[in-house]
Amino acid sequence: MEFGPHLVLAILEGAVGAAVLALTALGLSLVFGVMRVVNVAHGEFFMLGAVMAWFVAAAIGGHPAVGFIAALVIAPLVAGVIAMAADWLVLKRVNYDPEATIVATIGLLYIMQQSALMLYGPEARPVEAPFNSRIALPWVEWGEAGLQLYYPWGFGTTSYKLFVIVAAVVLLLAFWAFLSRTRFGLVMRATQLDRETALAFGIPVETVYALVFGLGAALAALAAVLIVPIQQAHYLMGGDPLLLSFIVVIIGGLGSIRGTIVAALLIGMSDGVISVFFSPTLAKILATLLVALVLVFRPQGLYGKTAT
Amino acid sequence: MLEVQDIEAGYGPVRVLHGLSLEARAGEVLCLLGRNGAGKTTTLKAIMGLLPLTAGRILLDGTEISALPAHRIARQGVGYVPQGRRLFSELTVAENIEIGLMAGGKDAGTRDRVLDMFPRLRERLAQRAGTLSGGEQQMLATARALAVEPRLLLLDEPTEGLQPSMIDLIRETVVTLRAKGVAIVLVEQRIDAVLALADRVTFIENGNSRETVTPSELKSDRALIHKYVGV
Ligand SMILES: Nc1ncnc2c1ncn2[C@@H]1O[C@H](COP(=O)(O)OP(=O)(O)OP(=O)(O)O)[C@@H](O)[C@H]1O
Ligand SMILES: [Mg+2]
Repeated sequence: MEFGPHLVLAILEGAVGAAVLALTALGLSLVFGVMRVVNVAHGEFFMLGAVMAWFVAAAIGGHPAVGFIAALVIAPLVAGVIAMAADWLVLKRVNYDPEATIVATIGLLYIMQQSALMLYGPEARPVEAPFNSRIALPWVEWGEAGLQLYYPWGFGTTSYKLFVIVAAVVLLLAFWAFLSRTRFGLVMRATQLDRETALAFGIPVETVYALVFGLGAALAALAAVLIVPIQQAHYLMGGDPLLLSFIVVIIGGLGSIRGTIVAALLIGMSDGVISVFFSPTLAKILATLLVALVLVFRPQGLYGKTAT
Repeated sequence: MLEVQDIEAGYGPVRVLHGLSLEARAGEVLCLLGRNGAGKTTTLKAIMGLLPLTAGRILLDGTEISALPAHRIARQGVGYVPQGRRLFSELTVAENIEIGLMAGGKDAGTRDRVLDMFPRLRERLAQRAGTLSGGEQQMLATARALAVEPRLLLLDEPTEGLQPSMIDLIRETVVTLRAKGVAIVLVEQRIDAVLALADRVTFIENGNSRETVTPSELKSDRALIHKYVGV
């Protein structure tokens, strides 16, 4: 009883990472898909979500579940509103020019990061999970005395981690339903496919852009609220989610929602497993190598369409 | 119905239209004729508000639509069939029509009437637009514009690359709409189609509007066609 249980544990950790990454990367993918904007500040909206979760929890007090639920609503809203303001004040002014928006969002990254440093400080602060009971996992193995059940075997997971996985799956399904079943989803998809024709058919493209940019940021913030009881909030925490989201979006295929989800599972899982057995750095190196390979052999990504 | 008055427009710093004017009337088909690159598509885009005007104005029944943001022009009752169809290729037939209905603020009644005109589309509502045949795609592009219930319909080379039976269908549709009092602006390269369908023809050359003539004048004076179209 050595490798097997540890693998199960690593997969569980990986699944938590993959769940949060899928939500974060979805926001980046959505913004790129619809607006053709590479949002370098995406990780900062993730950070903003985590920091907001801390502020909300600290302000409300009482049972951790109350603060947590409030944060789940407030943090994405605040991130979304700030993103919409940034869209209106900056991105719209540079006409969504691909290069100018990269520079603009780099500027946004530093403004947000330094604002967080000033207002929140350099400390890493935990946010208490709404519930966090340990769940011991059973393990079954064929030993000398036949089939043996180990329970508990020392390691386990927590109910909160399982909750994060379930919550992310529910949110992803809800997002998919929103995109494919609602009028606004239809309008977003039409705008993504042909901006000019969308405009000719009465779609207020600029409003759609602002809402999409807000929605992308809100997804990152939501993911951060989910992870912050496990990870702590810090003003520099946006780097890793940004890097991993880019990796996921490139591997999945720019602008493809399905590709983003599949790649997030792949990268999140392998990141978790490799981090447990080897080191987090190796996990990042391998993921980046995978991006290079994808770019060489399948530049459009797993599910991307070749330019037509 | 539609009055385009001395408009200047272009793409970024490049000016393509230099003081172009035209007029389309209710229950009439106005054909635009001109060489490749003369500015016919650019004219229609300018009417749809997709290009900023640097001079001139565009009126629809007296309303200055060139002062409206682009996304509010369709709701004024303007349907657009772009050159090359420009369908939302990843969306289904039903979704493409839905976009048209939303643009015009129309409901399921309009949807039924439009689908009655193109029964082939009704059989394919769940099919992705990009997988339709060329003729079906043109039907869908037309249906999407008709879902707006336009009083002004702009058609940019709707018969490009279609077989004769499909061309007839498009032509019949135009005739039906004209009889209902819709004003139609049709960009068409094929002279026989223009002669058969047009009430008036405006020639476009180098981003300017030249003569406007009737088909009978055109038949008697082939030199015009030679001068502006080169055939
Ligand atoms: N997106 C664009 N950017 C810059 N110039 C453009 C653009 N689209 C068209 N043009 C230029 O504007 C001029 C008019 O083009 P337009 O498409 O209006 O011609 P057209 O009369 O529709 O021709 P065709 O019969 O080939 O469709 C051309 O010189 C073309 O090169
Ligand atoms: Mg053209």
